[in-house]
Amino acid sequence: MSQKVLLNSKEVNIILHRLACQLIENHDDFSNTVLIGIQPRGKALVDRLAAMFREDYGLKELKIGYLDITFFRDDFRRGTKPLEANSTEINFIVEDKNVVFIDDVLYTGRSIRSALTAIQSFGRPKNIELLTLIDRRFSRHLPIQPDYKGRQVDAINEERVTVHWKEYDGEDAVYLTNN
Amino acid sequence: MSELSVDHLLGIKYLKRDDIELIFQTADHFKEVINRPIKKVPSLRDITIANLFFENSTRTKLSFELAEKRLSADVINFSASQSSVKKGETLIDTVNNILSMKVDMVVMRHPNPGSCVFLANHVDAHIINAGDGAHEHPTQALLDTYSIRERLGQVKGKKVAIVGDILHSRVALSNIFALQLLGADVKVCGPLSLIPKHIEQLGIEIETDLRKALEWCDVANMLRVQNERMAVSYFPTTREYTQQYGVNKQLLEDIGKDITIMHPGPINRGVEITSDVADSDQAIILNQVENGVAIRMAVIYLLASKIKK
Repeated sequence: MSQKVLLNSKEVNIILHRLACQLIENHDDFSNTVLIGIQPRGKALVDRLAAMFREDYGLKELKIGYLDITFFRDDFRRGTKPLEANSTEINFIVEDKNVVFIDDVLYTGRSIRSALTAIQSFGRPKNIELLTLIDRRFSRHLPIQPDYKGRQVDAINEERVTVHWKEYDGEDAVYLTNN
Repeated sequence: MSELSVDHLLGIKYLKRDDIELIFQTADHFKEVINRPIKKVPSLRDITIANLFFENSTRTKLSFELAEKRLSADVINFSASQSSVKKGETLIDTVNNILSMKVDMVVMRHPNPGSCVFLANHVDAHIINAGDGAHEHPTQALLDTYSIRERLGQVKGKKVAIVGDILHSRVALSNIFALQLLGADVKVCGPLSLIPKHIEQLGIEIETDLRKALEWCDVANMLRVQNERMAVSYFPTTREYTQQYGVNKQLLEDIGKDITIMHPGPINRGVEITSDVADSDQAIILNQVENGVAIRMAVIYLLASKIKK
């Protein structure tokens, strides 16, 4: 197994600040915007961005939620491993809100397809945007593209892109792993 | 663990502790789902489930049907009273005919103990027991223990008294198995005529004095007197039964302890439990009903995930 560092801690930090600024540019004070982390790996990213908004940009009134897509996935009963659910925590209605989906890696686009269906249980959003830290180019199964992306990566199918977070994995870094 | 150790839910007897924990964790997620503005997920949209009820039911049938619909499964319903069973068709023939219509899962209630085990051995579908005679009612025991866990934080170490007609009750047997698996202490309480012989061999105690049982327990699960299953008289009069084994507000106040009151329904108000107790904050009877849908969604979802494409 070989492993290559795609982004180190400093690079992740610079990219997160850029993404935060791009979001502020489009959503101003977030009064009509909600940030939704896609479970499980989008939670860390949305928490990090929210902390940045509060501490570095003085935005206190943020609406943050976590969306679990397990029951909306299109590969139920198709994989070898059973799907394990995570918790959904959305304590507001998204009706007429600008929704930003936040996830760590965009690969086939199927998770985002599921999330687009799942979010409808909480109302009809005004519009939905997508932010991902890593965009794996040329690997999409569906016509889904990010509106905000940290870094584009060309990786072949056998390779895995994994994002590590200080809070969970002890460091901020992005690795490309080849089995 | 992310998969059940069984292919059917025939009884709590066949489950492991980890299975119950997995069902509870999954039910937690579904409980959140059924409190959303739109209470439906598309997981089971290519699964068809037959609900076969050879015996009357209101709550269980509605609860299963709602759980199935919340998971987007296709549902067909069957009641013995309106079917060819009356014309002499055997159980296997009835079920095989239904299965040839491409049904993936069968939820069955039947008056004969062991009928679900028999069915699981003879037909090619996942079977969920919704009550077989006086044998088991696994989803009821799961939702009862889940409701205890929700109210008291955990089931382990809690003292649970099952009160009333133990002899005719499938709820009692499934509850005893589930509570023991989860580490609770169990006593049964009722007139000796309504307590099965040798039940103490399951490792539980018998108490014939309701007051003593209530003073001992954290949770009292009040069972209904099943008059419809009684061919002979098991106690002199209903009035005498109520005097000895009915729970009322006065008795609970005398004991002065915060006991959680449960009832699997349907309630005979004024017989095993008075209205002021049934409608009080101590009673979690309606929570049990709500949790029933989440528990049944979890069971159906986990068994359906074993149906391979």
